[in-house]
This record gives sequence, C-alpha cells and structure tokens, in this order.
Amino acid sequence: MSATTGYNFGYLDEDTKRMIRRALLKAVAIPGHQVPFGSREMPLPYGWGTGGIQVTASVIGPADRLKVIDQGADDTTNAVSIRRFFARVAGVETTERTAEASIIQTRHRIPETPLREGQILVYQVPMPEPLFRLEPRVAETKRMHALADYGLMHVKLYEDIARHGHVAISYNYPVMVNGRYLMSPSPIPAFDNPKMHRNPALQLFGAGREKRIYAVPPYTEVRSLDFEDHPFEPVRARAGCALCGSRESYLDEVVTDDAGGRIFVCSDTDYCQSRQARQEAAE
Amino acid sequence: MSAPGMNAPLLEASDLALRYGAVPALDGVSLAIWPGEVVAIVGESGSGKTTLLRVLSGLLPPDAGSVLYRDPEGTAQRLEAMGEAALRRLHRTDWGFVHQNPRDGLRLGVSAGGNIGERLMATGARHYGSIREAATAWLRRVEIDPARIDALPRTFSGGMQQRLQIARTLVTHPRLVFMDEPTGGLDVSVQARLLDLIRALVADLGLAVLLVTHDIAAARLLAHRILVMRHGRVVEEGLTDRVLDDPQHAYTQLLVASVLAA
Repeated sequence: MSATTGYNFGYLDEDTKRMIRRALLKAVAIPGHQVPFGSREMPLPYGWGTGGIQVTASVIGPADRLKVIDQGADDTTNAVSIRRFFARVAGVETTERTAEASIIQTRHRIPETPLREGQILVYQVPMPEPLFRLEPRVAETKRMHALADYGLMHVKLYEDIARHGHVAISYNYPVMVNGRYLMSPSPIPAFDNPKMHRNPALQLFGAGREKRIYAVPPYTEVRSLDFEDHPFEPVRARAGCALCGSRESYLDEVVTDDAGGRIFVCSDTDYCQSRQARQEAAE
Repeated sequence: MSAPGMNAPLLEASDLALRYGAVPALDGVSLAIWPGEVVAIVGESGSGKTTLLRVLSGLLPPDAGSVLYRDPEGTAQRLEAMGEAALRRLHRTDWGFVHQNPRDGLRLGVSAGGNIGERLMATGARHYGSIREAATAWLRRVEIDPARIDALPRTFSGGMQQRLQIARTLVTHPRLVFMDEPTGGLDVSVQARLLDLIRALVADLGLAVLLVTHDIAAARLLAHRILVMRHGRVVEEGLTDRVLDDPQHAYTQLLVASVLAA
C-alpha cells in the first residue's frame, strides 16, 4: 500500500521520534524502570493505544512488517484501524502472521507463536504503575521504586491468599524485572506472564495518557511475584479450542445462544487459523 | 570504642535544636537511651515532645545537633549521614514506631494478619505459611482472638487497634520502639490493660522504649527514667520515682501537682 502524502514517515515528526527513542534507550538500559516522555496528541482517544502507537511510530522503518493484535485478534476494530493507520502514514507492509512480522503492536496479549530474536513487541499500557491501587501518591510510589521497597505488593498477594485461598489476579499480574524493578506487564492475562521471561524479542511498553515508557530487553529475567508455598500458576480455561482443538493456547469464552450455550476458542486468531490450515492440509 | 551491648547507649542525641519560625521547638536537647530502658518524655502540649520524637527517629532533620544510633553490630552511626534507604530499613527492622492514633500506623483496608505480616514481607519473608504463623502468634500475644486474623482493623475497637499496631511493630523484634502517646484517646480501663501489656512485652523482649506522654501516671507505671520538657528544653531529668516524688523544678512541681487523683 502506498503512503498518504502530507505526513512525515510514521506520522510523528522527527524531533518527537528522537525524544521517544531517547526514552526507549533509557528504558532498555534500566529494564522495568518507567521513563517519562512527552506524549503527543494522537488521532485516536486515550485508552485506544496512543502510547503503543507512538512507540511503534518511533521504531518503525520502511523495511519493517507490522502486525497489530487486540486481545490476540487481528480482526477487531482497534487492531484493524491501527494497522491501516501505519499502512497509510508509513507505507509499511502489514501482516497477520506472527512469524513474519518484525514489529508486533499488541493490546493485552502475547502471541502464542514463540517470538524470535530481532522482533519487537510493543505493548499498549493503560496504567504503567503496578502500585497505583495500593499507594495513591505518585511521589511515594517513585520513592518505593527507588528504594526497591515492594513489601506492599506482597501484602496485597497475602490478602488475596487469605481471602480467596489463591492469588486472585487474573490479568496485569505484577512481575519483578531483572530482580530489581516491579513492573506492570500491561493487562495481559497472567497466563502470558511466563512468556515474558527470557524472551528473545525486545519488549517495549508505551503508556500515552500516563506518559511513561518502559522496556524489557531480550533474554531478561521476568518473574511473577509469588510466595514459596503458593507459587505462581498461570490460569487457563479447562477446555480445548472449539475450532483448532488446542489445549495449550489461551482461550476466549464465546456465548453462542441465549440458552446457556458457550464455546471456547483461541484468543490468538493467527495461531488458531494456522493450526486449522495445517489440519486441513493433513487431511 | 566500648564493647557492643549493655554498656553503650542505643541512641544518643546531643544539643538538638529546631525552630518552627520564631518558636523554638527544641532548644539544646541532649539525651541517651540504653538497651532495655524505658524513658518517658513528659510535658504539656506544645512543649516539643512529639517534635523530639520525630527528630530522634530521623523523620525530621534538626537545625543543629546530632543523633547517634548504635546498630546491632555495635557501630555508631550518625542519623543525618544515613541514606533514606538505610533509614527505612532501620525503621522496619531494628526500630518501631507506635503512633498515638492507630489509624496512622495501621493499614485499615488490610486484614489484621496482613498488617502484622507487612514488616516481615518488607524485609524479605516469602513463605505464606510462616508469615501467617507469626501473625497468629503475635495476635495471641497482644490478646486478640487469633480467629480474627482475617478481619479488617476497622472492625476492631480502639484498644484492639492499638494492640494490633503494637503487634505489627514488634513482629520484627526491634530493639528500640518510639511510642507517641500510645494510650491517648482510650478510656481508663482499656488504658490500664494496654499499659499492662506494654509493660509485659517490654520486660519479655528487653525492648528500649522512648515514650512520649502527657499522662504522668502512665509514665510512672512504665518508665525507668523521665525527662520533663518545657518550651523545647529539658527542664528536669532523673529516675521516675525521684522526679515524681521529689520534683525540683518549679514546672515539674506544677505538673505533678496537677495530676488528678480519683
């Protein structure tokens, strides 16, 4: 697709991109640390991925191939509009195949297909501060990060186990990056947390409204918080995908009628379709 | 350099001065507290008691003077030279602070067990079972029914909240505890029970306590030594019985004479 004229490559002006790249470099140098940046107005509302778009716009080049997913799906409104946006303002190729993409912008999922070196995963982050529900003062949370004073987060986990018998956080499960910074993984399901650990791809996080960027460089240790006697357990629906039969992937529950009928399908559409295609080819 | 242990003060302050504008809150205050000793600071409202406590515990930097703290290894450290991280660590391991209002010292949205476990988790405890065990033991020790381990502190009475705050503070076995009017705002029978509890814990654990109070009777019951403060100065200092039975300074005489007898 050819690019629309009248815009700089990738929509943002070069000075803004340079500012964001500086923040990204700092973020990569200090894994898990939130770096402030001058978030710009984007042609879509806050909460739709303004942070992720700005990060993508700053790292994308003409040779890149972009994939955008929203809750794992390539065909939902948010994914389609962001993909089309970059096709128009950067003229880059787009794809729905995880393996073929060099940059993957994601909202709330990590693809099932393992990522490889050289790929960049860009997360859209609504709230970068993992402690914000526990400590309302931003100045105090900054001090807690500076002093690595994270006892409070464990108090929250303790409370969950005391009340529910297990840690009742199913998404946005806090992680410790490189043994130093507590980080919000953005609202990905806890099921995806283990995929962040020592991932060969570069993981970048952009929060547009909160004006923060953070990063997990390739092969960085990312541990989900837990207790020795209550280890972290990724949660997954106890079912197989109704379309491809996968028992390993993360599933969405879909209501099929008004009589209690429901099926489970893969949340990652690319993963599900390629499995179906392989099964058809085998028949 | 003296050997670590009983013959060196745990905390030593010299010539502390602090002004709030034109008002001298501290004016040349010096004091020392030894391991296992309970020292009460008494005086009327506005005499600088609470300010002194905040300066001694490093929460407020003084205008002049210095505070020396001896760590468990016996090395003396100047409080003002310690970093914020070291001071925080000190506050949740070797020191404790009991606030007058338990709401300032407790997390009201967190269960009793979580409140007690917070200091343990902040210092690296990562075993749920043992944290819970410690919390149960401490609830029993401060005479709260362990069955209420998962109840929120806001469902507790004032006296229970204060006892919970004490349990939460003592769980890491600090050597020095600062108490700011721990019995303030409680009715007399609850006060008596709390004083009894504090006295037993202090004796059991060999705690050093720096107690700020305007309640002369509480000071007599708990303290080994008393400092009387007025207008930011220590006007009289000595063994509790000596100061209260034979007050020398005119202000102390007034203070002792003002205590109501039932």
